[in-house]
Amino acid sequence: MNRDMERYKEFSRRALLIGAGQAALFAVLAGRLGWLQVVEQEKFQMLSDRNRISLRLIPAGRGEIMDRFGVPLAINTQNFRAFIIPEQTDSVEQTLDKLSRLIPVTEEDKQEVLVQMSRHRRFTPLLVKENLTWDDMAQVELNLPDLPGVSIDEGEIRSYPFGAATSHIIGYVSRVSKAELTDDPIMTLPGFRIGKNGVEKSFDETLRGTAGQVQAEVNVVGREIRELARRDAKSGHRLTLTLDADLQMQCQEMLARHRSASAVVMNAHNGEVYALCSHPGFDPNLFSRGIPADVWEELLADDTHPLTNKAVSGQYPPGSTFKMVTALAALEAGISPNMRVFCPGFTMLGSHKFHCWKQGGHGNMDAVQAMAQSCDCYYYEVGKRVGVDAIAKMARRLGFGERLGFDIPNEGPGLIPDRAWKLRRFREAWQQGETLNTAIGQGHVLATPLQLATMTARLVNGGRAVKPLLVRNIEEEGSQLKNWPSLGLDPNHLAIVIRGMNAVVNEPRGTALGSRIQEAGYSMGGKTGTAQVRAITAAQRAAGVKNEDLPWRQRHHALFVGYGPIVNPRYVVSVVVEHGVGGSKAAAPLARDILLATQKRDPQKIHTVDEAIEAVMQEKSRIENEKKKKPAAAPRKRGEG
Amino acid sequence: MAFRNYSRDNLTLPEKFFSISWPFIGLLVVVAGIGFISLYSAAGGKIETWAGAHAVRFAVGLCGLLVVALIDIRLWLRIAYVFYGLCLAMLVFVELKGHIGMGAQRWIDLGFMRLQPSEIVKVSVVLALARFFHGLTPDEIRNPLFLLPPLLIVLLPVGLVVIQPDLGTALMILMVAGAMFFIAGVSYWVFAAVLVGGIAVVPIAWNLLHDYQKKRVMTFLDPESDPLGAGYHIIQSKIALGSGGVSGKGFLQGTQSSLNFLPEKETDFIFTLFTEEWGLIGGLGLMGLFVAIIVYGYFIAFNCQNQFGRLLVTGIIINFSLYIFINIGMVMGLLPVVGVPLPMISHGGSSMLSVLFGFGLLMSAHVHRHVKVTRRGMDMV
Repeated sequence: MNRDMERYKEFSRRALLIGAGQAALFAVLAGRLGWLQVVEQEKFQMLSDRNRISLRLIPAGRGEIMDRFGVPLAINTQNFRAFIIPEQTDSVEQTLDKLSRLIPVTEEDKQEVLVQMSRHRRFTPLLVKENLTWDDMAQVELNLPDLPGVSIDEGEIRSYPFGAATSHIIGYVSRVSKAELTDDPIMTLPGFRIGKNGVEKSFDETLRGTAGQVQAEVNVVGREIRELARRDAKSGHRLTLTLDADLQMQCQEMLARHRSASAVVMNAHNGEVYALCSHPGFDPNLFSRGIPADVWEELLADDTHPLTNKAVSGQYPPGSTFKMVTALAALEAGISPNMRVFCPGFTMLGSHKFHCWKQGGHGNMDAVQAMAQSCDCYYYEVGKRVGVDAIAKMARRLGFGERLGFDIPNEGPGLIPDRAWKLRRFREAWQQGETLNTAIGQGHVLATPLQLATMTARLVNGGRAVKPLLVRNIEEEGSQLKNWPSLGLDPNHLAIVIRGMNAVVNEPRGTALGSRIQEAGYSMGGKTGTAQVRAITAAQRAAGVKNEDLPWRQRHHALFVGYGPIVNPRYVVSVVVEHGVGGSKAAAPLARDILLATQKRDPQKIHTVDEAIEAVMQEKSRIENEKKKKPAAAPRKRGEG
Repeated sequence: MAFRNYSRDNLTLPEKFFSISWPFIGLLVVVAGIGFISLYSAAGGKIETWAGAHAVRFAVGLCGLLVVALIDIRLWLRIAYVFYGLCLAMLVFVELKGHIGMGAQRWIDLGFMRLQPSEIVKVSVVLALARFFHGLTPDEIRNPLFLLPPLLIVLLPVGLVVIQPDLGTALMILMVAGAMFFIAGVSYWVFAAVLVGGIAVVPIAWNLLHDYQKKRVMTFLDPESDPLGAGYHIIQSKIALGSGGVSGKGFLQGTQSSLNFLPEKETDFIFTLFTEEWGLIGGLGLMGLFVAIIVYGYFIAFNCQNQFGRLLVTGIIINFSLYIFINIGMVMGLLPVVGVPLPMISHGGSSMLSVLFGFGLLMSAHVHRHVKVTRRGMDMV
């Protein structure tokens, strides 16, 4: 027993040691459990929620864009897409084969589905084909019982009913690029498109809407177990433009007479833009679906810049269309409208000869006649007297030299030079010869067609600082129309300038007499302009080289600014025909047709949506008929160059 | 009620039956009940998947426990080596013909269940060591030469289990055996020497580990390094545990487990599931129950009047506690993921069987605590 007692004592000692060790281990476990569940509870709670809660976005419909009467310019059309859910079919390949007998599913489409299948869970719907036609969709719907796992989904795709005719105004939508990414969650939606140009770009956030959100509980493989919360998507706002789709289409069609041209038609009083065209255009619908690379390359390489909105971004020397600015500056400086300047065909400044466009000269010119006949010498003389800074100041008052804050992007600022600018830009003093060039809208002066139209509007509306307006109404924001302040111009001076512009078109010696409106009840006034792309050399002048014989790129730009009717003008227009040789020859007839069409259409009047759509349909069929009559028309136009 | 004093060597069956410690059995029932509701929850509120089998196994195992408890402790001593030999044979058998499962050969298919010999072998090692040390005098124990046979008893199954390869079980056998050597009275110097030697051997052992075992240790050290692969288990388990908080998410409300973020939730990670739903209160409560069983076990050991019983009971208690330490330490990110179940809670027949068999032996030692046990058990009449 003694031996046993010894053993028992030893056992007790050692068992107590082991027991103490176990107690310590249990304490560690309990401490660890407490640490995880009390101290770090919040962190792990968050991680657990992140595990189980998945946020799914619901796409928001993009706001529609309408013309002033409600004719749709940008809408969302149904985009039928066929999906397949692998877990719902025994054989994906068999089902795809069956499907390919109903709708055009290519071998590549099938391969893509199989690739996607290996990357996703078996319950994830895989896209088989999008942009299905109604008929295809109906075919699939009808045969769904035989197509296990196939489903049809109705997405939205942006569609532009007027295609190229409104391409520069509306712009287009396309996939988001890296630079455009913001923290708006809607951008992460697979089919999301962002506005890339035109109104689609500048009003993207208004049109975009807000994505809805579904909070769902998901299991470890991502399958939704139940919906926890839902916030519905809010569609983007509808935009109503000032545009008249019918007039826009007509104007775009008229511009197609030339290789590259642009035009702006606007209301002289409130600045509403009725038509804003840049030819050639492009089909914006191509962008919504993903533009093929070769088409894109072709558009970029074209030297008529189809992707550029030349009416807004194109900057041209205004040429003689700038003479109203010089005339007003002179009148404001106190030069009498009756002062006569003799034009011998040139003006000497030191040893340098400044030519008038008319060889042999115009003789004695007063303010109105100088305008009507576009006598350069008169403007050289008054320009010399008032100086460049007075001309520049008047130009800026009339809307030149800076961006007008128009509703679409990439607006060109133009350029109005003065002494300070010359110093800043070239660190050189201003030369008087440059004043002479500036006085006739040449030299450094640059203006956009939009600025030219704005100037014309400010001249004929009694001197109000109107600015062009494209968006008439934003849903939930209301009308964007404004009252414009006065520029403080003397009405008598404006009257003299307008008399001159009337004479340009309607009096015997006017430069655009040939383009006057002869139809009763309609009338117009305006001013031609011819802008030198490069200076005429002495050799060319001596040899009598005609401008139209030069290569297209070197020919003069043809410009015209006009208004109609003569009494209480409502509409103004500016037209620039790139390398169109001469304002009276190329631009004035175009401006006349546009002004006539505008006055006939009279977009200021209220038309109902139905009337407007009816007019558009008629116009479309008329244009198509004409195309059928002369199929060779398009290549011939190209041949002009 | 405690312990009635039967100082006779031969008890009648009813006497034995009434001397069984029923509060201990009660504790086991409560723990198994927790296992039942946890498995019920793991199956998403279904009995059929795991919980039902668990209850049946426990009921069968409990009957087995009682039968084992009623068998004379001296008989267990006598057949200790035979039983040990049988278990070894089973280990060899799985090594040769075992089914392939989970990358390791661990099971014998008995038809009604898959037996994992490595589980039962732990108990057989405890039994064999208890017998061996029971037969030694304190002087003999202090003689290192006498350590060679028990060392062989330990290393044979360890070697076989390592080949399987099942590192967790091998380490557990080593730890149980080490504890028994200690309890039996082996000199402190031997343990000091082993500790020093062990530290020297670690680099060599590291090179012998399988890649997946190395990876487990590495991701244990830095689970975030492989959040979708090997570290996934630990990270998700910690998330489940931590998000449970003090009061838990509620029965059947554990999101981590019901949404399947928690892997192996019905086996190795059952403690995670339980504490996600029942929180710190539940977790500490369950650990308290385990502690109660262990303390109860020590109580029984101290009351044994023979060395064999004391050694056997302590060995079984240590074995039981090792399951708990390793499993809970593992799911809380304190130990590598080695695949040790939580006894009587995890789904799995072998561990339940072996644990209840062990408790049967424990109870037999208790029932026969006053029996005189000679060196070779009992003298045959």
